[in-house]
Amino acid sequence: MAFAYFPHTEDDIRQMLDRIGVGSLEDLYSDVPQDVIYRKEYDLPDAMSEHEVRQYFEALAEQNTSLFCLCGLGAYDHYSPAVIPHIISRSEFLTAYTPYQPEVSQGTLRYIFEYQSMITELTGMYCTNASMYDGATAAAEAMMMAMASTKKKTRVLLSEGLLPQVIKVVKTYAKFNGVELGFIPCQDGATSYGAMLTELAAGDVAGVLVPGINKYGIIEDFTGFADAVHAQKGLFMVYSDPSSLAVIKTPGEWGADIVCGDSQTMGIPLCYGGPYVGFLACTKDHVRKLPGRIVGATKDVDGKRAYVLTLQAREQHIRREKATSNICSNQSLMALYVTVYMSLMGPKGLREVNELSYGGAHYLHDQLLQTGLFEKAFDKPFLKEFTLKALVPAEKIQDALQMIGVFGAVEVEPGLVNFCVTEKVSKENVDAIVGYLKELEA
Amino acid sequence: MAKTVEGLYYSESHEWVKVDGNIAIVGITDFAQHAMGDLSYVDMPEVDDEFEKGEEFGAVESVKAASDLYSPVSGTVVEINEELEDAPELLNEDAFANWIMKVQMSDPSELESLMDAAAYEAMCANE
Amino acid sequence: MKYYDKLIFDLSKEGRQGYSLPANKWEALVSELPAGLLRAEAPALPQVSELDVVRHYTNLSQMNFGVDSGFYPLGSCTMKYNPKINEEIAAMPAFAGLHPLQPAGTVQGVLRLYKELSHALSEITGMAEFTLDPFAGAHGELTGLMIIRQYHMSRGDLKRTKVIVPDSAHGTNPASAAVCGLEIVQVKSKENGLVDVEDLKPLLDDTIAGIMMTNPNTLGLFEKDIKEIAALVHDCGGLLYYDGANMNPLIGMVRPGDMGFDVLHLNLHKSFSTPHGGGGPGSGPVGVAAHLAQHLPVPKVVEDEDGLLHVVGDDPMTCGQISGFMGNFGVLLRAYTYILMLGKQNVRMVGPLAVLGANYIKESLKDCYKLPIESVCKHEFVFDGLLDQSTGVTTLDIAKRLLDYGFHAPTIYFPLLFHQAIMIEPTETESKETLDGFIEIMRHIAAEAISDPESLKTAPHTTPVRRLDETTAARQPVLKVKDMN
Repeated sequence: MAFAYFPHTEDDIRQMLDRIGVGSLEDLYSDVPQDVIYRKEYDLPDAMSEHEVRQYFEALAEQNTSLFCLCGLGAYDHYSPAVIPHIISRSEFLTAYTPYQPEVSQGTLRYIFEYQSMITELTGMYCTNASMYDGATAAAEAMMMAMASTKKKTRVLLSEGLLPQVIKVVKTYAKFNGVELGFIPCQDGATSYGAMLTELAAGDVAGVLVPGINKYGIIEDFTGFADAVHAQKGLFMVYSDPSSLAVIKTPGEWGADIVCGDSQTMGIPLCYGGPYVGFLACTKDHVRKLPGRIVGATKDVDGKRAYVLTLQAREQHIRREKATSNICSNQSLMALYVTVYMSLMGPKGLREVNELSYGGAHYLHDQLLQTGLFEKAFDKPFLKEFTLKALVPAEKIQDALQMIGVFGAVEVEPGLVNFCVTEKVSKENVDAIVGYLKELEA
Repeated sequence: MAKTVEGLYYSESHEWVKVDGNIAIVGITDFAQHAMGDLSYVDMPEVDDEFEKGEEFGAVESVKAASDLYSPVSGTVVEINEELEDAPELLNEDAFANWIMKVQMSDPSELESLMDAAAYEAMCANE
Repeated sequence: MKYYDKLIFDLSKEGRQGYSLPANKWEALVSELPAGLLRAEAPALPQVSELDVVRHYTNLSQMNFGVDSGFYPLGSCTMKYNPKINEEIAAMPAFAGLHPLQPAGTVQGVLRLYKELSHALSEITGMAEFTLDPFAGAHGELTGLMIIRQYHMSRGDLKRTKVIVPDSAHGTNPASAAVCGLEIVQVKSKENGLVDVEDLKPLLDDTIAGIMMTNPNTLGLFEKDIKEIAALVHDCGGLLYYDGANMNPLIGMVRPGDMGFDVLHLNLHKSFSTPHGGGGPGSGPVGVAAHLAQHLPVPKVVEDEDGLLHVVGDDPMTCGQISGFMGNFGVLLRAYTYILMLGKQNVRMVGPLAVLGANYIKESLKDCYKLPIESVCKHEFVFDGLLDQSTGVTTLDIAKRLLDYGFHAPTIYFPLLFHQAIMIEPTETESKETLDGFIEIMRHIAAEAISDPESLKTAPHTTPVRRLDETTAARQPVLKVKDMN
């Protein structure tokens, strides 16, 4: 029976084989050692129709439980405007390859240029690449950039306030790439300036990576950090939530050389961890070590404004083993996702997203303290997520919340739990959840 | 046909050296700039960098290619040609008039292992 | 395709907004934060209405060429049709709304998908186990090399710091090896494009961690000596890495695991029909032989005796964690949809039909274009420019002229073994009529090269923009709106 994705009729196949001058499809594999030709049946399901495939995934979906999200820690449940899926599913964007033929790729190239303009605007940096896989791998690339930019140094320092998954991924890259990592502990919920100075004084530091908003949800104050790092000829690097940068002080304002992070916070669905979109931005001094694709504006032979991949001599397809990174495919379509998001929101909308998240998070924070189940863990400013000390085992609270279809109170560290509020959470939602917890305590 | 200049030393990796006392003035040859096409960037060393003979000291880039530069002599960089940072095309215009770095040589006898113009031309003819 | 010259910033007007947020009923305000933690000025993002956004991006899309627009014979990229059902499944709210840290008990369907897709990929490739965490092909390569190094390190075999890469390899191979801290040793190709076994032998010693191979290689040729190469590399204590960028012709016919490969990555956005998205998101699952399974990255999915699935976040033997969560889950949904549509029956035809199309084009054009290696090819093949090179028409000119005729260009100037390389890969989803149309135009262009070379040297003529000034773009980079004036 004919299969929808194969257009060949038997007659087509015969004519094509005749042109090639072989007798059968199998003859096209005559150069393959016959003992590696696979002749057994594959242990795969029988071919399905679309309708059967749908039923299959519907059944699979029933084994998942959709929960109302009050959890952050690197994946945020912001609202995704209806326009975005319509735009990104336009097949001219969706089914195109990397824009290597600029004459027929101006759509992709133009949105990447817009994306670069917006991300640099939010971070206060000179330049960004066309995207990275996710925040954690962007942080690993930032580490390698620092090593490449400061020749002959051997160490990179990480704040222990970074999200645990970011630290884990950076550690993996460091282990194989031959980078020695040092760690700066947190004090009262924020990266310790004093501990950083001590580590810097030990010497050989290529760069220091700190979180703009740390794993406790606390907005960090980097007064003096950049100067201290630069005094040792290292690079100051910040891991940021780009959505938050519509309101909070930018890494550029803090004196950062490199900024990395994950733009999932700009409306990308949770989707069990991916696809998201990492970003990596830097000052002018470090552009030549920035990995990945970069788009620049130029003109065509007729003088029309046009866009093209540029500074390609940095990249793996030219530099091979001497490239800063091996990145090739990135998350281009997700870069379009956040570009459309930023266009829809504009400066005021993005500010409002932060206001709603901030207002809701502070309300939830104060209400939770009244349940008797929590007490304050830190007394530091936060934006949309925060950490409380749980007075009963965290697992019990998490399970109780799950009973009413809520996901929250995830442990950051033993006894310390995370909550996060976005603009999708209403006062009625918070009151109902807190009311339930109060009853539970009683 | 790429030109050469008499009285300079040449390396197999297409750098030229002009000697001024104990200072080696280093650039890339006309043959090299031809092979690369329109140059878009020169990755320069820094003053005080130390290189062994044959060690990488920078790179030249065009739109679709990159080529590393190897120091033809050992020594310490005393000056770099900052003009190239904003105008890499100078190397396309005249590769011999536009040097890249000046090196205080630590072992001038290394010059003896480099080629003269005739030998370099012969090498290029075979590439 | 029509030309449209605006940036979204050009449409901006103070006071417009493209999305309406709920009324703010909370009391706390961001302005309560210490002034030193707030940014000085609002970011200069565009201010546009919803329709402005829709129309702008619709206009941009019309300057793009995708697989849905026309034939896209880009070599080594496997631009096959991206089925629409894939997109619908990936958008199901029951998957799209799940937080990656949700307890395993609430995401059994997700974890079941990881298990089933891993199993299907094992069947198709002959590898024992898979990780689905890598985000793309290059990321998979890096992960695979980390597994290889972890294997040697776990045995205390610390000398193995070199990896052998053929000179015809994709640029990502040496770049991934370098990121993984490995030194690259190049092995030459013979005149017939295959790895030179005699050149390989002297390279094999106790410092070799492994060899990276693409089979069929980047010329589309099957490495016939693969079993001998595997034996030689294994005898010296090294492992074989398979770059799955060229897996498509083998699907349904040959399994890398049966050829002796120990580690491989796949590009789900090539062989398994997930869209390229203008450069991602992709997915680069890594499969390993049984003895390497313990070194796969975390998090891993494991099944207990009761059939419940769990996520294991730590493991003493793992190479480490390589992605923030568990890869591009949305892409995995698409790939598994495709596999279910294929089923055990149609999977057998993917490779053979892809190979049929490539050989058909090759045989139909080799009297006009220079075929450097006369041989049956697999899914792709390489011409070295026009047969008659006296006109001065280059591969670039041919590629640009194809755009005028409504085809995407093939991959050009890769592999580096030939100066005028044109690498053509048609895939199994293209009909004979499409291939015939392409063949006719390629022949027409070869004739034009003689009758009217100028029309090729100045091509394209009909695209939204024409050839670009790339040199100025690189010399004086304009990388954002603020650089424009």
